[in-house]
Amino acid sequence: MVEYTGQARDTGLRIKTELASRPTPSAMATPAILLRDVNLFYGANQALYDISMDIGERMVTAFIGPSGCGKSTLLRCLNRMNDLIDNVKITGKVEVNTLDIYGPKTDVIEVRRKVGMVFQKSNPFPKSIYENVVYGLRIAGINDKATLDEVCERSLRGAALWDEVKDRLDQSGLSLSGGQMQRLCIARAIANEPDIILMDEPCSALDPIATVKIEELIYALKEKYTIVIVTHNLQQAARVSDMTAFFWLGRLVEYGQTSDLFTKPKEKHTEDYITGRFG
Amino acid sequence: MRLGTLVRRGDPFVWLAGSGLGISLLMILGLLGVILVNGLGFFWPKPLLQLTLKDGVVLLGEPVTREVIPTPGVVDAPEQFRLQLKLGNRDLFGADFRWVDEAEITGRERPRDAFYFERREYGPLIGTPVRLTRGGDALATGPDAVWAALAPLIEQAEVDRAAIRTIERDEIGAINFAIERARLDMRAIDLRERQRPEQRLDAERAALDQEVVRQKALYDERQRALEALYERAAQTYLTVRASDGQEKEIRTLDIFRAYPANQLSWAEKAGVYASRIWEFVSGDPRESNTEGGIFPAIFGTVMMVVLMSLVAVPFGVLAALYLREYAKQGTLVRLVRIAVNNLAGVPSIVFGVFGLGFFVYFVGGTIDRAFFPESLPTPTYGTGGILWASLTLALLTVPVVIVASEEALAAVPRSMREASLAMGATKFQTILRVVLPAAAPGIMTGLILAMARGAGEVAPLMITGVVKLAADLPLDGIFPFFHLDRKFMHLGFHIYDVGFQSPNVEAAKPMVYSTTILLLGIVVALNITAIVIRNRLRRKYQTGAF
Repeated sequence: MVEYTGQARDTGLRIKTELASRPTPSAMATPAILLRDVNLFYGANQALYDISMDIGERMVTAFIGPSGCGKSTLLRCLNRMNDLIDNVKITGKVEVNTLDIYGPKTDVIEVRRKVGMVFQKSNPFPKSIYENVVYGLRIAGINDKATLDEVCERSLRGAALWDEVKDRLDQSGLSLSGGQMQRLCIARAIANEPDIILMDEPCSALDPIATVKIEELIYALKEKYTIVIVTHNLQQAARVSDMTAFFWLGRLVEYGQTSDLFTKPKEKHTEDYITGRFG
Repeated sequence: MRLGTLVRRGDPFVWLAGSGLGISLLMILGLLGVILVNGLGFFWPKPLLQLTLKDGVVLLGEPVTREVIPTPGVVDAPEQFRLQLKLGNRDLFGADFRWVDEAEITGRERPRDAFYFERREYGPLIGTPVRLTRGGDALATGPDAVWAALAPLIEQAEVDRAAIRTIERDEIGAINFAIERARLDMRAIDLRERQRPEQRLDAERAALDQEVVRQKALYDERQRALEALYERAAQTYLTVRASDGQEKEIRTLDIFRAYPANQLSWAEKAGVYASRIWEFVSGDPRESNTEGGIFPAIFGTVMMVVLMSLVAVPFGVLAALYLREYAKQGTLVRLVRIAVNNLAGVPSIVFGVFGLGFFVYFVGGTIDRAFFPESLPTPTYGTGGILWASLTLALLTVPVVIVASEEALAAVPRSMREASLAMGATKFQTILRVVLPAAAPGIMTGLILAMARGAGEVAPLMITGVVKLAADLPLDGIFPFFHLDRKFMHLGFHIYDVGFQSPNVEAAKPMVYSTTILLLGIVVALNITAIVIRNRLRRKYQTGAF
C-alpha cells in the first residue's frame, strides 16, 4: 500500500503529460471541466489525492473503479454536493467552463443549475410528472404556463419519455416504473438546460432493458451535453463512454480514451481491475 | 419436560401477550358500554308507575333503579328491595326523587292519563292534565281533550320562545352592548381630558350622549315589543293534578315537551327520544345545567381546540424545522430536545398556573392598561377567557407537535433533499417545496395527538377561562364577531360541574354520562377528520419508490 503511494503520484504526473501530448478530440482544447490537484478530506480522512484531469466537452466520460475508490466523491465535487456534508475540506481547483466553482464569489446555486445531476437511486419528488419536470423552473421563479408546458414537453422528449407519459402528466412521478423514473430524473435535469450532466451509477437499480434505454439516451444526449458517468458496470463504461478514468484508493490511476484503456491499459492495476482480478 | 418444551417455544408468552390485549380491550369496551348505556338510555321515555303505599299515599313517577336494602349486622336476613322513583314536581313536593320500600307497596298500576311535562323551571311535572284555560275561559277539560288542544300550543310555545330569545338576547343584547360601548367611550374621553385639560371634547361627548339617547329609544321600543309578545304568548294556562291531588297551573309558554308516557307506541317513543337528543345537542342548558342542552359547551370545546391548533401547529412546526434542519446538531440541541420531551410530561395544572400568571394577569393586564383603560377596574383581557385558555393549551401541546414534526422531518429521505438541491434550489426552497409536503402526514399525526390531548384537558382551563354557564358564545353576530376575551363552557368541565357541583345530583347523573358520550364523540370526530386529511396527504406525497 505504502509502496503504491509513490507510484500513483508518478502515474498522475505521467497521465497529465500524456494527455497534453496525445492527439485528443478537438474539444479537449477547451475542456468543459478542469481539475487541478484536487484533494478532499472527510475530517481527518483523505478521500481524494491530487486529482488533476480535463474532461472534454460534449463527450461521455466514465469514472470506474472499485467501491470506495472516490469516484462518486469526485463526481459530487463537480456540482458542490459535497458542501452538504459536515467537515468536508477541498483543496485544489475545479473549473467548469472556465468558472472556478469553489471561488469565493461563486454562487453555488448557479453552479448546480449549470451542472445537473442524476442519482443512483431515482428520486422523483412526490409530485406529478409535470411538476417534477418543471421543478427547476418553478424554483427559479418561472410560472408562465406556456413556458412551463413547452419546457416540459421538450425535456420529456429529450429524455425519451414523452410518448410514454404524455397522456398522464398529472399522475404522480412515483407511479412510473424504475426505468421511467430514472428517465424522468434525467428530464428534470435537462429542463434546467445545464452544460454538464453528472450521473452517479444511473442504471445500477434497473433491469437490462431499462438499462439499454438509458444508455441509448446517454448516447443521444452527448450531442448537446457533456456527460460524466460513474459506473460499476465495465461493459457499460465501454459501451457508452468516449473517455474513461480509473480510480483506486482515492487516486486517479489511469485516464484515457475508452478504447485504449480497455484494450491496452498502461497500468498493471487497471489491467487487473478490468480483467476482473480484483474489485 | 413437556412444560420445558412449551416454555422454550414461547407458548406461555403468547398467552400472556394475548391476555394483555384481551384485558385492554375488555376495559375499553366496558368503559364505552357503561357510558353508552347510561348516557343514551336516559333520553328514552320510560313508562310512569303509580304506587299505592300501605299508609294510603299515592306516588306517580318514573322508576329509576331497584336495589337491595342493606341490612348491616343482621345475618341471614331475607332480601328486601327498594325502588327509586323520579317523582318530579319539585315545586310541590320539595324533592324530585324518592326511595320506596317494596314491602310498603300495596298497589302498582300504569295510569293511562299520566303525563310527563318538561318545563322551564323546577324540573319535570308529572301528573294528569285537568284543563286548559285562556284568560279565564276553559278551552278544554279532561285529559284527552287537553292533550289534543295542547300539542299545537306547545309547538307555538317553541316559536314564541325563539322570538322572545331573539329580542332578548340578540336585539336587546346588541343595544346593551352599544350602550356599554358608549359609556366606556365617555370614560375614555374623561381620561383623555384629565391628562390634557386644555383640550375640549364637548362635541364628542355630545355625539355620545345622542348615541345613548338613540339606543335607549331603541331599547324602549324593543322592550315594548317584548312585553307585547309576552302578553300574547302567555295567555294559555294548563292545570295539572299531581298524584297527591294538588293542582298546579303553568303557562303553556313554559312547557318544552309533554307526552302521555303510558300511551306511547314504540314509534312515538322513538320520536320523543330523537327530539330529546336533538335538544341535548343543540339547546341551551336549563336548571343549572341539569336539563336542556349543552350546545354552548360543545361550541366552546370545538372552538378552543381549533384556536389551540391554530397556535400550536405553526409554532411547533417552526421549532421542529429549526431543530432538525438549521440548528447545528450538538449538546445544546440535544438538551433542548430533552427539555421539550420533558415539557410534554409536565402535569397540566402546572401549565394552568403558568397561564393564569403569565397570560391572564401579565399579558392580559398589560393589554387592559394599554388599550382598555376606560373599563378598569373591570378587566377585559385581564381575566380568564377563551384566548388565554387556548394559548395555555397550545403551550401544553406544542411539545407533542414538535416531537412528531421532528420525526416526520427526519423521515424525509436524504435523496429527495439532494435531488432538490442538485436542481439549484436553496435550502429554504427545498424545505418549502419538498421536505414540508413530504413531512405533512407526520405533522398531521402530531396535530392529532395534540388535539386528543388538548380536548380532554380540564384542569388548566378551570383557572384560565372556563365557567359553569356562559351567557354568550365567544362567536356571535355582534362586531367584531370573535370575542376572544369571553369566558366559555367546555364539555370536560361541564362533566365535572354537573356531576359534582350540581345542586340536584340525582337529576344530573344521567347528564354526566350523556355529556361524556358527547365529549368522546367530539374527540373522535376531530381525530377522524385529521386522520382523513393525513391519509389524503399520505397518498398525495407518498415517498420511497423502492
